[in-house]
Amino acid sequence: MKLFEPESDRLYRIFIYVALVGLAVSVIVPVAWVFMASIKKNSEFYGNPWLLPEGFHYQNFVDAWGNARMGEYMMSSVIVTLLAICILLVVALPAAYCLSRFRFRMRKFLRVLFMGGLFINVNYIVVPIFLMFVGFDGYLRDYGMDGFFLNNIFVLALVYASTALPFTIYLLSGYFVTLSSSYEEAAYIDGAGYFRTMMHVMFPMALPSIITVILFNSLAFWNEYIIAITLLTRPGGTRTLPVGLMNLMKAQNAAAQYGQLYAGLVLVMVPTLVLYICVQKKLTEGMNLGGLKG
Amino acid sequence: MKKNSKGAFIFMCLAPSVVLFTLFMVVPTINVFRMSFYRWGGYSASRTFVGLDNFRILFSGDMRFLQSFQNTVLLISVVSIVTFGISLVFASILSREEVRGKNFFRVVFYIPNILSVVIISAIFSAIYEANNGMLNSIISFFDRTREPVYWLGDNDIVIFSIAGAMVWQAIGYYMVMYMASMASVPESLYESANLEGAGKIHQFFRITVPLIWSNIRTTMTFFIISSINLSFLFVTAMTNGGPDGASEVFLSYMYRQAYTNSSYGYGMAIGVVVFTFSFALSGIVNLVTYRDPIEI
Repeated sequence: MKLFEPESDRLYRIFIYVALVGLAVSVIVPVAWVFMASIKKNSEFYGNPWLLPEGFHYQNFVDAWGNARMGEYMMSSVIVTLLAICILLVVALPAAYCLSRFRFRMRKFLRVLFMGGLFINVNYIVVPIFLMFVGFDGYLRDYGMDGFFLNNIFVLALVYASTALPFTIYLLSGYFVTLSSSYEEAAYIDGAGYFRTMMHVMFPMALPSIITVILFNSLAFWNEYIIAITLLTRPGGTRTLPVGLMNLMKAQNAAAQYGQLYAGLVLVMVPTLVLYICVQKKLTEGMNLGGLKG
Repeated sequence: MKKNSKGAFIFMCLAPSVVLFTLFMVVPTINVFRMSFYRWGGYSASRTFVGLDNFRILFSGDMRFLQSFQNTVLLISVVSIVTFGISLVFASILSREEVRGKNFFRVVFYIPNILSVVIISAIFSAIYEANNGMLNSIISFFDRTREPVYWLGDNDIVIFSIAGAMVWQAIGYYMVMYMASMASVPESLYESANLEGAGKIHQFFRITVPLIWSNIRTTMTFFIISSINLSFLFVTAMTNGGPDGASEVFLSYMYRQAYTNSSYGYGMAIGVVVFTFSFALSGIVNLVTYRDPIEI
């Protein structure tokens, strides 16, 4: 232990804290600013942006919720996110389990196939997916039915789940291979079939990585907007929250309804922030299992 | 148990995911390549096979494509280098130094990563706003006579403004990633370096960086791929390619050709080029950065 710090060490420590606090401020201030702006009156936006709000102008939230249809959009977003997570788990869990615990003929091929999916980003394939649905709907109309695939939040959820499959299967398989096969053997001896063994013995053990999968994907689905903007196109039809927000941003330039926009931002941000604060440890740990964003 | 039932079980487990994956990922991917050989306008009404014509037009003087190419390359390099530097330094500070509130800083730095790009775009639009924006008001606090800077309206500045938003978004993600791999560097190496009187900066370059090199290489591939993708998301939400195409990037140009212009074939040809480019660049970077692994 040194009793006196040399001058250079002290300078170094000061530098460290200045850097840390500086970065923290640059993250916190813009986010906090949005919360502040969401309760400002419209007239307050034409002055100094750093002034505190004059009062709690909650009308912004009422306007955003009703006039800007954020309430309705939020409902859509909740449905799409929940549904996509359910589909994803039902589809990906058994697949990941089989690919990592059984030996069969197509196994290697399928593993490589799903691994390859990790390199396909949705931004590239969103146009063909859109055209495919245009085609499907065209067939339906030929037989006198309404279009089904475009402007349907259930189909949107299905697309979300499908595009998340490669990453999810990759992550879950990585966990399943680490489990000892003696659990399954014991279950088989006790007379449990394959399905029962998978559902009641293996899945509960995989709970930690299942939670990781749910966390990552719900954030991704909640925040996604490129697929949503492409597949939900009917004028006046429903939107997800980020898409509604983007429309509001574009309209904002014309109509200058800043308060509404920032209230909308708060509505999108709060659920993710609450979720993050509850599970931040889990999330930053889970990330090390390997993840590719964007 | 019967072999038959096992086969049926495996089939039931895998069939749904294979069907969904094929329908919504494999088929569209094949279609990207297939469509790039067609002149395909409107809703599948007219479709003619034109071979490599789309690519020929693309490389023989599509100025907007050239612009989007330059912007993308600029963004990849600027965003990668700045993010890499900042996140590595902060990761090293948070994992090597005795800092109060370590956990708090880690939690805060990661926040931008969980926000939707739409939100970040809206936040940065407010920061960059020319008349009442946060950045300009800070500048005018120091220099009252200065003309407002048009962060998103000036052809020469807009791409750097977008880079700023991208860096803000990415730092926390990579920092957490580097921290995870720094945790596995044995403490004894730093102890012996301390005994031999090696300084912090020396330790950083001679111990930390070499020992997490494989992780750094992985993130470089991430930088390339995610810069291409995220720049599209930011440009779509912030500037829509404006002003006058000055902030157009690869994928936003692809999207514009496919949708606004209804040239699906041409748009997909751009997609193929971008796809190939990102793979080639990742491959090259991976090769150039190869070092023999260090045995401890």
